[in-house]
Amino acid sequence: MNPFVTLRIALRALLRNTLRSFLTTLGIIIGVAAVIAMMAIGAGARAQVQAAFAAMGTNLLILLPGSTTAGGSHGGFGSLPTLTWDDLTAIRAELPSVKAAAPTLRSSQSLISDENNWTTSVTGTSPEYFQIRNWPFENGIGFSQGDVVAGAKVVVLGRTVVERLFGQRVDPVGQSIRIGNTPFSIVGVAAAKGQSSTGQDYDDAAFIPYTTFARRIQGGLSKYLSGTVFIQAVSTEQTSRALADITRLLRDRHKLVDGQDDDFSIRNLNEVAGAQQQGTDTITTLLASVAAVSLLVGGIGIMNIMLVSVTERTREIGVRMAIGAKPRSIMLQFLIEALVLSVVGGIIGVVLGVGIATWLASKFQWPIQIQVDVITLSVGFSGLVGIVFGLFPARKASKLDPIDALRYE
Amino acid sequence: MAIIDITDVAKTYHAGDVEVHALRGVSVAIDEGEFVAIMGASGSGKSTLMNIIGCLDRPTAGVYRLAGREVSGLNRDDLADVRNHVLGFVFQNFNLLSRTSALENVELPLIYRGISGKERHRRASAALERVGLTGRFDHTPNQLSGGQQQRVAIARALVGEPKVVLADEPTGNLDSVTSIEVMVLFQELQRAGITVALVTHEPDIAEFASRVILVRDGLIRSDERQAPRDARPVLAELQATKEAEGTP
Repeated sequence: MNPFVTLRIALRALLRNTLRSFLTTLGIIIGVAAVIAMMAIGAGARAQVQAAFAAMGTNLLILLPGSTTAGGSHGGFGSLPTLTWDDLTAIRAELPSVKAAAPTLRSSQSLISDENNWTTSVTGTSPEYFQIRNWPFENGIGFSQGDVVAGAKVVVLGRTVVERLFGQRVDPVGQSIRIGNTPFSIVGVAAAKGQSSTGQDYDDAAFIPYTTFARRIQGGLSKYLSGTVFIQAVSTEQTSRALADITRLLRDRHKLVDGQDDDFSIRNLNEVAGAQQQGTDTITTLLASVAAVSLLVGGIGIMNIMLVSVTERTREIGVRMAIGAKPRSIMLQFLIEALVLSVVGGIIGVVLGVGIATWLASKFQWPIQIQVDVITLSVGFSGLVGIVFGLFPARKASKLDPIDALRYE
Repeated sequence: MAIIDITDVAKTYHAGDVEVHALRGVSVAIDEGEFVAIMGASGSGKSTLMNIIGCLDRPTAGVYRLAGREVSGLNRDDLADVRNHVLGFVFQNFNLLSRTSALENVELPLIYRGISGKERHRRASAALERVGLTGRFDHTPNQLSGGQQQRVAIARALVGEPKVVLADEPTGNLDSVTSIEVMVLFQELQRAGITVALVTHEPDIAEFASRVILVRDGLIRSDERQAPRDARPVLAELQATKEAEGTP
């Protein structure tokens, strides 16, 4: 029998009782809508976390100078400068898994322009720093390796600092400011980066060559690197490898024997990002499975009504069989009815789910991401639910004896 | 040659532990173009006989040949095909699909035969015109009188061009005038060469048949051919009487 004709028969049967058909499919509608909305919110949160970590830098390792163990008491990381400038050079030169490394020396300093002053975090670093942190310049070109070698008095300002010192929409490149008593010429403005996940303003910062920093702010370049090192691995897959390589290199250089603690520490930002990602993924999975359960409940609702429908229409089934419908045709008719109920429910659910997600996004400023594969999957799944839960009633209908069915009151 | 050829057919039901012998060995041959009335009290076995003739039920023993084909051993799918191609059914309570137009009700057997929409439409229209329901194609059963509904049902039985039309108490739910109208239709079918078998317990309905088979206790008690009464003058007379009553 023509499936299109069967579809029409099924549609007519469903439209004969529009309200009941709608109520039957409501379970599927709510289930699919919930799945779509939850997944959209989950994906949005995931993307937000991803963006936050991408803002910190990709494939980033942070090397901190070490702790010492003196008389059984552990000093915290960074309590002693154990990293040397030679260590940095070795990391840069000897490890193929490391793409770039930049030292960061930090100090809070007062920046003074002609009209204003602003106290901010001044970082002494090398030009690689901006590459490691995916941080382009809005104006200017920043400082060069030559500036580092020369200890040039040049500065790159964050957007917030520019606004505090010069006001909005001003390009200060070429102008001068003072840090303490030293005049610096502005060679770049770093593009606005926004806030970190902990609310720290990335743009409230100024950057100068580390040699200049050591000379002008620290009072002389020593053997030790009294700050942290930002290191970028060559790829995401290589970050763990880079971490191991650096550890081995530094232990070797610091002549640490087996059993001795590291006198430095390395943070793997990918790992932290992964952990955060896993957190949002877990919540998304949890919400989506609750929603999937409601889909299942919707399927049971369909089965229930289909069973009622088969009983109610026993005589109709008898008549159809008497005039030549094969058991297969009867089964197909009821199966398609269940399928239509669930798929139409699924489609309405998608529309509703997208609506809910969009509404939540605008109402609470939540980031959402509507995923096409989730939509396809949930409509497909609701179709599957229709088939699975429609099969039993449909089989029941097809197994009816035509004589009994015709006699049914 | 007999179109319906039943030899030593028995049917035994199991109602719990009790065996019910609905038919105890029935043999009957019905020729093409006969109009047979099957009579009997309830519980006599006439309905079982009708179900077996209608390929809705299979005999426990015996042989049934329909239009030259042995059908007693066919499976459900093949029986459905036989019902669809060889037989037409008319029921006491019409058994039309509710909220479905007369035309679509009549099309139903052709849908299961896999005939395309246009051809289906043409044949169903012709069948409805044949039973005198021109202009009521779009009416649903609840917009039609009992007599009209039974005409739709007869059109549905005829649309597949069956060799045999089976009617189970077709006048049971109809008043006297419409009952006779239905009998006029059946006699027309008989004249057109279609075999008609009808179950009834009303002797005045059986009068219109050319043969009366009486079933009792699962056996055929009598089987007599008769000169059928012509339904047309009876109908004319009844209508005249009714008109006279209607215009006092």
